[in-house]
Formats: sequence, C-alpha cells, structure tokens
Amino acid sequence: MSGLASVFSTCRAESRAALIGYLPAGYPSVEGSKDVLKTMVSAGCDLVEVGLPFSDPVMDGVTIQRAAEQALRGGFRVRDLFGVVESVAAAGGRAVVMTYWNPVLAYGVDRFARDLAAAGGLGVITPDLVPDEGAEWIGATDAHDLDRIFLVAPSSSGERIDLAAKSSRGFLYATSVMGVTGARDVVSSAAPALVKRVREHTDMPIGVGLGVRNGAQAAELAAFADGVIVGSAFVSAVQDDTVAALTEDLATGVRQVATPA
Amino acid sequence: MSRGQLAPTPHDPDEGGHFGRWGGRFMPEALIGAVDELAAFYEKARVDPEFLDEFARLLRDFAGRPSLLTEAPKFGAHAGGARVFLKREDLNHTGSHKINNVLGQALLTKRMGKKRVIAETGAGQHGVATATACALMGLDCVVYMGEVDTERQSLNVARMRLLGAQVIPVKTGSRTLKDAINEALRDWVANVDDTHYLLGTAAGPHPFPVLVRDFHRIIGVEARQQILEKAGRLPDVVAACVGGGSNAIGIFHGFIDDPSVRLVGLEPGGDGIDTARHGATLTAGTPGSLHGAMSYVLQDEDGQIAEAHSISAGLDYPGVGPEHAHLKDIGRAEYRPVTDAQAMDAFALLSREEGIIPAVESAHALAGALVLGRELGPEGLILVNLSGRGDKDMDTAIKWFGLGVES
Ligand SMILES: Cc1ncc(COP(=O)(O)O)c(C=O)c1O
Repeated sequence: MSGLASVFSTCRAESRAALIGYLPAGYPSVEGSKDVLKTMVSAGCDLVEVGLPFSDPVMDGVTIQRAAEQALRGGFRVRDLFGVVESVAAAGGRAVVMTYWNPVLAYGVDRFARDLAAAGGLGVITPDLVPDEGAEWIGATDAHDLDRIFLVAPSSSGERIDLAAKSSRGFLYATSVMGVTGARDVVSSAAPALVKRVREHTDMPIGVGLGVRNGAQAAELAAFADGVIVGSAFVSAVQDDTVAALTEDLATGVRQVATPA
Repeated sequence: MSRGQLAPTPHDPDEGGHFGRWGGRFMPEALIGAVDELAAFYEKARVDPEFLDEFARLLRDFAGRPSLLTEAPKFGAHAGGARVFLKREDLNHTGSHKINNVLGQALLTKRMGKKRVIAETGAGQHGVATATACALMGLDCVVYMGEVDTERQSLNVARMRLLGAQVIPVKTGSRTLKDAINEALRDWVANVDDTHYLLGTAAGPHPFPVLVRDFHRIIGVEARQQILEKAGRLPDVVAACVGGGSNAIGIFHGFIDDPSVRLVGLEPGGDGIDTARHGATLTAGTPGSLHGAMSYVLQDEDGQIAEAHSISAGLDYPGVGPEHAHLKDIGRAEYRPVTDAQAMDAFALLSREEGIIPAVESAHALAGALVLGRELGPEGLILVNLSGRGDKDMDTAIKWFGLGVES
C-alpha cells in the first residue's frame, strides 16, 4: 500500500475525512516552519502539505504569495525543503510536498524525487504539471516509490478526470472552485458536484481544497470528501499565532458526523 | 492581401504544442479546458474563408495594412554602408505590430461567445491595442500592468483608460511584465467561463505560440514581397527585437523557408549580459517552464525566476516564446544581446537621420542592424522589423538624453 493510502484508510476506518494542512517551507523562517508543522501534526493534521516557495505562484492568492515572498527574501533554498520534510517525519507526522514545476526541473527531476523520498516525504502535488507533460515525472516517482497527486478542477472533462486519476497515486486533489488559493466565506457549491463526478471515474481518495478556513466549513466538505485541504488559513494563523487552535477546530470539523445531503 | 497566412505550415508544433523539446502546456488543470477550446476554435478559424476575410478586412480598414517598407539610406551609412529597409509596423493603428494579433484574437473571442477580455502589458502597446479592439467590438477589457511599467509608460495608461479599459497596476514581485502575466493568469482561472485571456506575445501554453505567430505572419508575407520589389532580391538578414518574440516570429516566418536569409533576433542586453541586469533570455537563459511553456528562462539555480532588466518595458521579460528556443536549437535563427546604451544610440540615430522615432524595443533591432551591416559591408541587404513607434518612450528619452527644458 502506498504511504498515503494508509493515511486515508485509517481515516476511513474512523468514518471521517483526513485533515490536510498546508504550510510553505521557510515560512516564517526555515526553523519557524518546522515548529509550525510540528504543532499542526500534534494538534491533529493527518497529513501536512509542505509548500516549496516559488517566485511566480500563479495558482496562489495573495496570502500564500506573500508567505512565499517572505520565505524567499529570508534566503530559503530548495535544499532546505528536505530538512523541513524530515522534521515532519521526526515529529511523527506524514508529509507530501506541493510544488510548482520549474524548481523541480531546475533541481533535476530524478534527483528531486530521490532526495524527497530519502527525507521521508510520501508524495508530491504538482499544481502546474498536467499528466500530459508528466512522463519524466511519472518515471522518477515510480523509481523512488513516491506518490504523485495531479489535480482535477470543475472545468475538467470526464476524459481529463480519467487521465488525472490514472496518473495519480495516493489521492486526487480536487480544486473546489475555479480560482486561486485563499480563504473564502462559503464553501463552493461546485465541490460536491465535482467529487461526485470524480467518483464515477475512480475509487481513489479525493482531497478537496481551496477556501476552507474553519471547522464548520471542514465539516461541510468532510460530508463528501476523503480529505479536507486547508492552506491560506494556516498561513494567516501563523501571523495570528493561532495554529494549534485552528488545527483543533478543523480536526473537530472533519470528525463531525456527516449530515445527510 | 493573401488569405493563406493562417494556413498550417510544416513548422507547426505537434498536437500537444511542442516545437521540438520546447512549448507544450505547463499550466493548471483548471485552464486546460479553456486552452483546448481556444485551440479547437482556432483550428477551425484558420481555414475558414469567412474568418480569414473578416481578419483581412480589419487589418486593412482598421489597422491600415499593408504597412510600408521604407529604405533608410542615411541610417544604412552608419551600418557599414549596407542597404537597410524598415518594415513599418510603427505606422499601424495604435502604433505597433501588436494590433495584428489583437484583432485576430478579438475575432476569436467573439466566435467563442466570450464577453470579457483580459490582457497583460509591458510597454503598454499590447494593452492599448487590446483596449482598442475591445472598444471596436464591444468587449469588456481589463489590462494588468506592472506598477513599474505604469510609471515609465504613463501615456499608454491614459490611452487605455480613454479607450474604456480598466488598468490594474500589479504590485507583486518585480512589478513588471512577468508579474502582470501572473496576475492575468489568476484572473483567468477565476473567470474563464466568460473571459478570454488575450495574450500579447508568442509565448504561453499551446495554442498561443502558434496563433499569435500566425496573426503576425502577415508582417513577413508583406515584407518579403515588398523587398523583392524594391531591392530585387531577398535580404541577407532579417533583424527583429525579441521580448516574448511575437514581432520577430511574425517577420521570420516570411523567410523561414529561404535558407539564404539569416534570421537574427535582438534581445535586451540591459547593462550587459556579464551583469545581472539584462533580459537576454535566449543568450543567457537556461531551459525551464514559465507561464505555461517550456522554453529558455532567466532563473537562478533553484529555478526561481529572475527579474529581467531592460530600458525597454516591452522587452523586460525573463522568458521567451518556445518557437524561438526551437529555432535557436536547430540553428535556423541566431540571437544576440543589445545593451540599453546601444539601443538608445540607435534610437537617436534613426530619429536624426531618417525622421522616424522608433519604439525603444525596435531600437534594439536597429542597433543589431548597425552591427550586422558592418559585418556584411556595403553589399549587405538588411530588413529590420520596426515593430513600433517611439511616442510612448518620450519620458525614457528625456531621462536618458537629458532632453528636459533647462530650469
Ligand atoms: C513596439 C514593440 N516591439 C516589440 C515588443 C516586444 O514584444 P514581442 O517580442 O512579442 O514582439 C513590444 C512589446 O511591448 C513592443 O511594444
């Protein structure tokens, strides 16, 4: 079983969704991000997504953009990523990496997969790499036993959902809204429809993200998704020093009994 | 006017948009539907006589094509005595080559039934052309422009606003063209149902590099015929400036099957390519994916995109269109850097000697022609794509040459 499959099967056994929390490595500093991730793990994240700060994050809203800028200004280097991932494993947590494609290319596709696997990372989410361009990546992740997570969006055709599902391992990432990252007041109505469509194509666990910021919203998503992904809200919580409280609120949310639709 | 300029060529990319190992689609899944739709509409339009007629009519009656070919003998005297001809894209409506692509994509926008257009702009020329086409065709228009560029090209900001466009200054990153593209992409993901992203250069994900190129192929088609008429032979060199690469690829394609014609792209060398302050992507960049395509990119060893630097806002970009990367790879085109100082010298020279004030972008091509002419000598024949006019650059010229009124 892939490392990520066991995360989801454990949560499924508890009849609940997994809580997946995102934080850019190097934010607020390299050591600071290790501390925040440790808190996220101990307060209830089943999986953390460690972001690789990138100069041109076109899928991110202003909260994550600013965090990435701060990390890069603070001198973050790609090689620091692996230490951050290692610290999650050392804290008893499980980590995947979320990265734009160009830093992987520059680091070396195979080398990146190798070093991440060696650091204890379980997989990689690639928001601007589609499976159509993924041949080299698929080879490298296979060679190093890493899960790889492609994305599906409300605009994806059935054919493309199929392609993403076939090409992914671990889970599928469903972007619940058409838009960039950023906390929103209401959970998108497109999300349940998208998850329903995706389920017609695959049994793979489905993580839903974009916009979640509190336990109530997490509960809404947990009613139909296998994983609830929370990003910008964690970045904001670092600024407000409320990471533990946010994690607990979200962890309670994903454990609420699903209300029948 | 030739109707065949959009027809498929042997130089088209594969189905996934790859020119050799370059191009393709490195972009969010959420936008794949939109680029698929665009590609499907374009493949139909490029062979549809009705579309071709409508495009030809707009180029003629609205943009003012064909543009002139002007010989520049006094300028040529400084270029080793070579004969230099200028393809006068500066005389197009709105003042640059950008209008060709904009009219084509605006027509496609209408065909797709979309009501809203977004665009990025560096120098403001693409933004002005887009605002113009949207005014003409009744489309809503939003233009993203780096804050640095809104300052150095303030005249064009005013033009866009007058034309009814909303101009949004982008305050993230280097606050120039690259960041304007990031912001336009973010807008597009959120509004893709009713919005077309009218990309201004021959870069980005497939099918943009092909369709932008094709809408500019008219430049090369006209120029080839004109220079044969005026000089009686093909040029030795075709020179064009390269930002993202649209004016260059448009004129290059007129000569791409003429092996005797050298195709030379002039890149922004800024303070010099031995400094960190330049935008010479093909000369000094490395392979990478930026804004949807694999091409040469200015980046550090971590793959973080570098800030480009150029006196010319329209060339101030750390990426370049993928077909240029391919033409470089196969040796069909060559690319050379031109420094800010060389470009501004050529800018002044053409103004003084020929009574034509070029865009600072185009001045890079002129500076290249001065060097190439000296290499070729008096027998040489050079065609320069004069991609735009310099009215927008008066602030830059005032600062560079100290042309302000003495106080
Ligand atoms: C007059 C002019 N020439 C050239 C360019 C560079 O673009 P490209 O390389 O796509 O032709 C610009 C861009 O703004 C421009 O305004």
